[in-house]
Amino acid sequence: MDQTPINLLEIRDLKKTFSISGGFLARPLVLTALSDINFTIRKGETLGIVGESGCGKSTLGRCILQLLAPDEGQVLWLGQDLTKLPAEEMRKHRADLQIIFQDPLASLNPRMTVGEIIADPLRTLRPELNKDERRARVLKTMEAVGLLPEMINRYPHEFSGGQAQRIGIARALITEPKLIVCDEPVSALDVSIQAQILNLLSELKDEFGLTLIFISHNLSVVRHVSDRILVLYLGRIVELATGDEIYEEPRHPYTRALLTAVPIPDPKLARQRNIDALRGEIPSPINPPSGCTFRTRCRFAKPRCAEVRPPLETIENGRLVACIRWREIGVPEDAVLGV
Amino acid sequence: MKQVLSVQDMSVTFALHNSEVHAVREMNFTLGEGETLAVVGESGSGKSQAFLAIMGLLARNGRTGGRAMMGDVNLIGMAPDQLDRYRGKDIAMIFQDPMTSLNPSLKVKTQLSEVLVKHRGFDRDKATKSAVEMLERVGIPEPVKRANAYPHQLSGGMRQRVMIAMALLCQPKILIADEPTTALDVTVQAQMLDLFKTLTDDFGTSLVLITHDLGVVAGVADRMMVMYGGRAVEKGGVDDLFYDPRHPYTLGLLHSTPHIAKRAARLDPIQGLPPSLEHLPKGCSFNPRCAFAFDRCLVERPPLGDAGDGREKACFYEGPMAYGQVA
Repeated sequence: MDQTPINLLEIRDLKKTFSISGGFLARPLVLTALSDINFTIRKGETLGIVGESGCGKSTLGRCILQLLAPDEGQVLWLGQDLTKLPAEEMRKHRADLQIIFQDPLASLNPRMTVGEIIADPLRTLRPELNKDERRARVLKTMEAVGLLPEMINRYPHEFSGGQAQRIGIARALITEPKLIVCDEPVSALDVSIQAQILNLLSELKDEFGLTLIFISHNLSVVRHVSDRILVLYLGRIVELATGDEIYEEPRHPYTRALLTAVPIPDPKLARQRNIDALRGEIPSPINPPSGCTFRTRCRFAKPRCAEVRPPLETIENGRLVACIRWREIGVPEDAVLGV
Repeated sequence: MKQVLSVQDMSVTFALHNSEVHAVREMNFTLGEGETLAVVGESGSGKSQAFLAIMGLLARNGRTGGRAMMGDVNLIGMAPDQLDRYRGKDIAMIFQDPMTSLNPSLKVKTQLSEVLVKHRGFDRDKATKSAVEMLERVGIPEPVKRANAYPHQLSGGMRQRVMIAMALLCQPKILIADEPTTALDVTVQAQMLDLFKTLTDDFGTSLVLITHDLGVVAGVADRMMVMYGGRAVEKGGVDDLFYDPRHPYTLGLLHSTPHIAKRAARLDPIQGLPPSLEHLPKGCSFNPRCAFAFDRCLVERPPLGDAGDGREKACFYEGPMAYGQVA
């Protein structure tokens, strides 16, 4: 019987800053990409992470995988803090934690054959396998992602975007990971191909019992694949709830605004819609607003929103929201239409 | 409705080393005053090349046939200096990536006022004043400050607004927008689509919206034209095509698009890959991916013909196309 704990991954008080040049001879500026990040991922679930560009969603994915070192906080993988592990120790966990990138062609080495690319993680992570065993695993994985065996000796440039993304998925799958971070895996693909890859990911998840972190700016795609959804704004969690809760009863004004802005492929519904157009643009993370960082664009903001930073509060069913006014503002009858 | 553009039998070909690629074939459509026409298709469908051809902006190995009539003027085959009398003034185009379409070494106001100096004979001061007014009209806060900025100092959404302001300065009759919101966040995209609606409703501008995103189409377009393998395969009103698609490709696109208000267990995408324009399948280009293809589709190409109610489609299949039947 599988005795892996239900909580695969726990993130505690994660913070990540970047130091950027303030100009010649000027003091470097500090950009806070993530702060106060706390959440858990359960075995077998898909957690969607959404937000606008610059909200920290990709940085979060990379901090989980230790591709970026967080400044503070813990990333507990099966109870063990990955941030404290020496590189050599971390490598042992790499087989369990994999990633798929947005741009399928750019993330594949153009001078390696498909077979070499897919087998590459095995060289470092499963050095005990011999050449024949490696090849057998590559072929098995290629079949699982819908690549034909005769493609094994071809080069990335011979493939379309969708096929290239299948290669990237195979490379992530070959180490038999428990968790895969999918960072905008379908954003660069045509619609018909995007749907094929989304279906493939959900099949693979069921077949191999995977847990997925699905990072995307596309809320329609995230709804389609996710069990729970985490909404980020300027490096902070503003809301975390199940997919249905987020889309039917969003509590945070930012989540509400995001939902009404998502294009809806239905002309009649689109005409009925009351788009909650956010004012202005996302503020600079170098100098974020005081109190609630969303208040500058929020139509429900009150003077007190500038004074206190809203805590991430646990409300019904264990869902989280960071807004001091969530009780007062209620929810629209149809959140997606905004009416 | 008054017609502002009529494209007749247009084709676009590119000469390669020792062959030719037909990017667009037999394109016909009209654009009415104040109307928004969406041109939908996946990469390689020819949707961008068709409009680059109308603007005289094809790559050097490109050749255009047919006619694109703006009133009595045929834009196809016109010499560049003659075309410059209309480009920017009567017909303007904006692109997906505003950063690569703006000159990084010139201030926003310099780039904007150039159009007015050239087409309307304004002096610099007057042109700059109009440019700042237009920036304000497209929703740029602190327009005077932004006019003095360089493109890299602006955010993506702001740059796209600058592009739109530039395109609108001479109040063109026709605005062609090629994937104008693809690079933007949803919240900024919503602001931008709202701006397009204001333009067509209040200024009577006719808009051609080239996109792969059916969500964007549903929100702003009046009519749509679906392209596949360089040809239009279905044309008609937006509601007709969304609620009663007659071409299997249109149906497939709709089933491939995730819908935020409906969570289906699985999407029902079109199988296979879009064709290479160099090796289009015999018969109907869509036949290898089509769930309804029959013998005739493999040998004969269906012409784009009348499908009743002002609609057109290029498909031999006449039976029902129920949900889930697109394999």
